[in-house]
Amino acid sequence: MASRYTGVVENREETSAGAPVAGGRTGTARVKRGLAEMLRGGVIMDVVNAEQAKIAEDAGAVAVMALERVPADIRRDGGVARMTDPALIEEIQQAVTVPVMAKVRIGHFAEAQVLETLEVDYIDESEVLTPADEAHHIDKWRFTIPFVCGATNLGEALRRVSEGAAMIRSKGEAGTGNVVEAVRHLRSIVGDIRKVATADSAERYAWAKSLQAPIDLVEEVAEAGRLPVPLFCAGGLATPADAALVMQLGAEAVFVGSGIFKSDDPARRARAIVEATAHFEDASIVAKVSKGLGEAMVGKEISSLEVKLADRGW
Amino acid sequence: MTVAERTPARPRRVGVLALQGDVREHVAVLQRLGAVPVEVRSPSDVAGIEALVLPGGESTTMSMLLDSSGLSRELEEMVADGLPMLGTCAGMILLAREVVDGRPDQRSYGAIDLAVRRNGFGRQVASFETDLDVKGLDEPMHAVFIRAPLVERTGVGVEVLAEVDLPGEQGRRPVVCAEGGVIVSSFHPELAGDGRLHEQLLFNVEGD
Repeated sequence: MASRYTGVVENREETSAGAPVAGGRTGTARVKRGLAEMLRGGVIMDVVNAEQAKIAEDAGAVAVMALERVPADIRRDGGVARMTDPALIEEIQQAVTVPVMAKVRIGHFAEAQVLETLEVDYIDESEVLTPADEAHHIDKWRFTIPFVCGATNLGEALRRVSEGAAMIRSKGEAGTGNVVEAVRHLRSIVGDIRKVATADSAERYAWAKSLQAPIDLVEEVAEAGRLPVPLFCAGGLATPADAALVMQLGAEAVFVGSGIFKSDDPARRARAIVEATAHFEDASIVAKVSKGLGEAMVGKEISSLEVKLADRGW
Repeated sequence: MTVAERTPARPRRVGVLALQGDVREHVAVLQRLGAVPVEVRSPSDVAGIEALVLPGGESTTMSMLLDSSGLSRELEEMVADGLPMLGTCAGMILLAREVVDGRPDQRSYGAIDLAVRRNGFGRQVASFETDLDVKGLDEPMHAVFIRAPLVERTGVGVEVLAEVDLPGEQGRRPVVCAEGGVIVSSFHPELAGDGRLHEQLLFNVEGD
């Protein structure tokens, strides 16, 4: 059989039961990755209620992430962080027309089953929540709803793709307002993609071994010069220039969590980050939208953190 | 029509609205067809373009960015001038005359006399791919529908080039339409690498 990962050959049973058109196939790799492709160049914003969701949509967010607490508050409060209350997710779904995403704990496939019945548009199997399984991520091929997963390096990204993730986001360090980890992870992923793309056929096997990733995914990266799914960036972005930085480093879209609603003027900052992401190569636009935004969220030094969320996941 | 008749006399400059969405796929299709794609992010990018592609993405985001970038006025002028255009999914919404249940501040530019409903096929769980017969094409087109817009009304001058059957009262709905030099599709031919609507767009440029 041809590669199970290419999006052409499926290893999951194709469903047509939920398709609006007879014979239409839902939940295929192409359909799942397709929504991620449509979000490219955009900003996905964390929101904790319908009011914030509307502010995000008004500001031009391509999607919202429905949460009970933004990562900065999860970090402050401690304790176990779990899937959001379904009632809150529904409230946010009713408030906006853009796609609504929600998070599940790593390995918690029952939370994912719940989100699938709610018909969220994307499920984030996220290290920001407390992991439910210390050895296994969710088998994401079994779901019709697409998944996004975090990664700190290329091997981790390809392992997630092998499990069925339809979008990868570099993890960064959520809830810190500090972009340094996002840059580290993005540079690691993009840098290794460049090296794999120049490897000869024998070296690709060595790469598969050192990345602990399936050889056919390594081959795919080598041929295409990019991941088989879109690569977005998350974790610690707080300013329009942060967005422009990671877009220039190779991110195809950005997630902004605490950075918007923990700032002085969320509506203006949200819109400014949307414009900076769209025009990331035009520094004069990034300068224009950065003027007079008020205080950004208070950031944290990575060395001062008690818990590094990015270390979760395997 | 034969391939020779469709081959452009010279490479055509085709703008691709590049504010957000699946720009790369459209650029790749246009390059393969021998056109010169131009990514359009600001008013200075539109000089000399002979056609415009509006890609898939989030129509509310693109609508906001069209206003903030100053491209909104350029797009209005291009529509008024009858520039050949192709819009897929969000691009179809932007080019339609009317958006049913749209956001109050959402712009539609009226390049084609359609009323469309955003996400009319449902949420992502209902996104699907299928093969479709398209009028004028010998082989079916592989169509990828992602949270696709649903056509609610077509004007008298609109030619329906492909339809799907929906269950119950919704009935047959257009998914590829054309009027003058404007072509729109509810789905994404570019995601499957199909360039035949783009080829028709280039043909419309020649016909000018």
